[in-house]
Formats: sequence, structure tokens, C-alpha cells
Amino acid sequence: MSNSDFIIQVKDLTKQFGSFTAVDHITFEVERGEIFGFLGANGAGKTTAMRMLCGLSYPTSGSGTVAGFDVVKEGEKIKRHIGYMSQRFSLYDDLTVMENMELFGGIYGVKSKELKERATALLHKLEFIEERDTMVGALPLGWKQKLAFAVATLHRPEIVFLDEPTGGVDPITRRQFWEMIYQASSEGTTIFVTTHYMDEAEYCNRISMMVDGKIKALDTPANLKKSFNAASMDEVFRILARDAQRGD
Amino acid sequence: MSTLKVLLKKEVLQFKRNSFLPRLVVAFPIMIMLIIPWVTTMDVRHVNVSVVDNDHSQVSQRIINKINASEYLTLHSVTGSFDLSFKSLEHGDVDAILEIPQDFEKGFVTGSTKKLSISANSVNATKGSLGSQYLAQTLAASIKEMRASLSPAQAGDLVVIQNRYNPTLEYRNFMIPAILVILIIIITGFLPALNLVGEKEVGTIEQINVTPVSRFSFTLAKLIVYWVAGLIVITIALIVAWLVYGQTAVGSLFTIYTGAFLFILVISGFGLIASNLSSTMQQAVFFMFFFVMVFMLMSGLLTPIESMPQWAQYVTYVLPPRYFISIMRSVFMKGATFYDMRFNFMALAILAVVMNLGAALTYRKRS
Repeated sequence: MSNSDFIIQVKDLTKQFGSFTAVDHITFEVERGEIFGFLGANGAGKTTAMRMLCGLSYPTSGSGTVAGFDVVKEGEKIKRHIGYMSQRFSLYDDLTVMENMELFGGIYGVKSKELKERATALLHKLEFIEERDTMVGALPLGWKQKLAFAVATLHRPEIVFLDEPTGGVDPITRRQFWEMIYQASSEGTTIFVTTHYMDEAEYCNRISMMVDGKIKALDTPANLKKSFNAASMDEVFRILARDAQRGD
Repeated sequence: MSTLKVLLKKEVLQFKRNSFLPRLVVAFPIMIMLIIPWVTTMDVRHVNVSVVDNDHSQVSQRIINKINASEYLTLHSVTGSFDLSFKSLEHGDVDAILEIPQDFEKGFVTGSTKKLSISANSVNATKGSLGSQYLAQTLAASIKEMRASLSPAQAGDLVVIQNRYNPTLEYRNFMIPAILVILIIIITGFLPALNLVGEKEVGTIEQINVTPVSRFSFTLAKLIVYWVAGLIVITIALIVAWLVYGQTAVGSLFTIYTGAFLFILVISGFGLIASNLSSTMQQAVFFMFFFVMVFMLMSGLLTPIESMPQWAQYVTYVLPPRYFISIMRSVFMKGATFYDMRFNFMALAILAVVMNLGAALTYRKRS
């Protein structure tokens, strides 16, 4: 079954909280190296699904692999090969930019000399180098998000999970953020991203649409627009999410 | 190993940068050691006595003078009727009434039995019983003196009391070792628990949980910082005890520190369980508070375990401070050795294993 071209392969992955089924038998694959958009309305179950893929949450049923490891049994092994940026900013506010990078790089076992080089290079690219000794808590949100992405990819993971990375960020920073994503993608990192911005959805190679815990559609943006006879991704989203029972 | 080093660096940086914690570690033991030994005293002083003198004799005058001279007793008034003195007692101005009967002196000389009577306000049982005891002792002393002046042959005490290990009967000497227990509970029990729950509240623990870092290194890094803080706190407290109260340990410091470290392991493990079971700081604080109340009141910190009802004495066997308080008091005041206290050390070691196993089992990296 296992195909090395697929970095994520899941079958009937389900998560229930009591009688509530947050994720309902989802089955899909993500190809190595692609930018995969994981879309859905609020409460559709995106974050829950992502947490299962990252080894933060046990699936109630179903099976699958991430980076070649079993999502049920090998959660800790998966963690060695992925990067994760949560919806909520979760770097340490009371550590500096550089200290945060050293902490997370060090945790993944990146050697300190190489870590310094990579971190410095990344900060230069982000035009962040003067802020290296600034406390992270003092940075504006857009910068924090870019830093969080840099930290999530510092150890060169095979795949990086981004949970609404651009929520609340201004359009210019969003643009820069996507440039970073493309950059990482061109270096071979698979990107798994959730977003509510339909213009960002257009940047993805393939998109899945989640409604009420189920995947309702999965294809390239162009094909989706064609099959739903829609002019934009925005319209596709509205057609699919129209019947949603959940959400706010 | 290197992961632990990276994490330890993070914890030390965060601890140092905290505007409150480093100050707490230094100021807290000093403040507590300067104030608490003075105020948590069971020594009863200034017992206000009203004397009902129905005798108006030389002997009654002598007794009154003796009361006046006592450092524990204060002469409030000398009245001619019990009712008058009792009124003052009801008002709360007087703690004890001494009634000297008519013809007491006469009976004293002839050897007939006229009895002195003491009535004490025992709403506060300790003050009441100790107060009347002091008064009785003062009376006994003055009667002995007067007997001696009448017939020297009768002089001399029948009973000699020696207060071993605490010759001056200072309550303070008893309290200082116990204060160390409270300091350890707060610094090494509460602080790491709050720190861990704090990471849950802010969400940073999520970023850690998604890395391959083991829960063991993550918590160990936190604990090491607070273990060191706990040892610093004890050291400061011991120095204050020596400089301010002139009290030093009779037994070996090594034994004290060994006991302290074992107790720190137990309490920090307990704090971790509290933080694992709570998702907010508020929950963790109330969880800890409940148990700390029991620790304080049932471990022999304030009242002796031996005077508790039997069922309660059984309960105290699972309370870690019980063993540490006992070690501290015995080593500090009596000079007990490690071997003398082996049962207590063993119990602490077992509890340390149990608590930390519990902490490991309740920690979840994945939900």
C-alpha cells in the first residue's frame, strides 16, 4: 500500500468527542513536495484532523501514515519529520528571536554551529537580523507569524503543517508569507496549509474542502472551479459550505 | 542529553527574566524567617490576673507581689469580692481570678487546709490552661518560700523538671524547622506546577508536544531549576536562623539537606500531578491548596500527631511532610543521625517514587 510518492496517506480517519464526530471518515493522500490546501468553514474539523496527523491527538478509528510512519502507533516518530505551526501563536514571548530558534532547533538535534548559520541566514532573508535579540513578545503579529514559520521549518522537516498561518495578518505580510511558503516548497518541503482566504487557496497545488467533518471535494483549484461551474474559489467554497450544519 | 541542556537553558533564561521569581526566592525565606518565629508562639505571656483578697494578710500580700513580679503574669486588680473580679473576666480584661480565702494565713501557719482557688477563662483553651498553670506554679513557688522561712527543713523541691533539647522552652526553636517545610512546599511544589500549567494556558506546550522532545526531559528541565531554588531557600532560611536566632542544627547539615532534597522530590512530583490534572492555573492552585491545608494541619507541624485520634494518625502515614518535619526537628534540635531517622528517610524515598511515577503517568503528550 505504502507509496513513497505520498507523504500523507489516510483512510477513514475519524475523531469523536463523546457523541460528536469532529472528523468523519476522511480519506485522502498528499503528494510529496506539493502545496496542499486544507479548506473548510469554522468548526468543519480541520484543526482536529491536523492534530491527528501531527501526533497530538489519537484517532478514534481509521488508519494512515505521515512521512512513512503510522498515525496511530508511531506518533513520536512522525514528530521527528514534521514541522507544525499552530493557529495560536506559541513561541516563547519571554525569549528572544534567536533564543527561540536555538531552543526549537536544539530540540530537533540540529548541531549548534549549523543551527546558528541556518538561523542567521533565515533572519537575513526575513530582514529580521536586527531583531535577533528582541523579545518575541514585543514583535508585531505579522512578524511573529513569519518567525513561527521560520522556526517550524528550521530543522528542515519533510512536511510542515500550517494551521491558519495568515489569520489576522495584513495583505503585504500575507504576500511575504506566501513567498516563504513557495521558497520552502521549492526546496522540497511539502506544505499542508489551512486558510480562510480564497485568494490563498488559488496558490495551492491541490485543495480539499471539508464540510461537517467530511471531505466533500479534492482537486486542483482549476478543476474544482470547472466541475462546480464557478468563476472563483470563493464561489466553490460557498456552493460546498452552503449545506453545512456546523460552524458559527 | 543535549536536548535536556537546551531545555534547561530555556528554563533558566525564563526564570531569570521573570520579574518576580528570583526576588521571591531570596526575599520569601528572609521575610518568613524574620516574622513567623515571633508570631507563631504558643508561649502564653501577659496573663491578666485579678486577685480576690479575702484575707488581707502578710501572706496574701506576698502572693500578690509575686504575681506582680512574674514575667508571664500581669496583676490586673485586687478586689474584695469574687463578683467584682468576675465582671472583669466577663469583659475580657482578666484571664484568671485567684481567690485567697479568709484566714488563709492563719490556716497556713497552723497547718489546717484552707484552699486557694483559680478560675481561668478557657475560651482559648491553650491560654486558659497554660495561664492557670503558670499561676499555680507561681503560688507553689511563693508558698515554698514561705514554708522555708518558717521551717528550713522543709525546703527543697520534690520534683525537678529538666527540659531537654529545648532548655528555655522556646516555642520558636520548635517552629523554625517546621517553617522550612512550608517554604519548600511553596517554592518547589507550587511554582513548578504553576509554570507548567502556565505553558498550557498560553499554548506554548502545544509547540513542544509536537516536537520529539520526551515529556521526561521537558519536565526534568523545569524541575531542576526549582530544585536548585528550593535548596537556595533552605540555605537562606538556615542562615537567618543562625544569624537572627542563634539557632544552628545540632545534627549534621548533610542529613538535613538529604532529607530536604527527598522532600523536595516528593513535593515537586506532587505539584506535577496537580498541573497534569488541571488545565488552568486556578484549578491547579485550588487542587494544591486543598492538600497543602491537610499537610499543614495534620502533619504535626502545629499540633502533635500523638494527640490526634487514632484514625487520623493512620492518615498521617501518607502525608509526606510528616516524615520531613520529624526529621527536621530531630536532627535540628536533638542531633539525630541518618540512622536514627532511617524509617522517615525510607518513607520519604518511597513517597518520592510514588509521586513521580504518578506525575509521569498523568502527563499526556497526546490527547
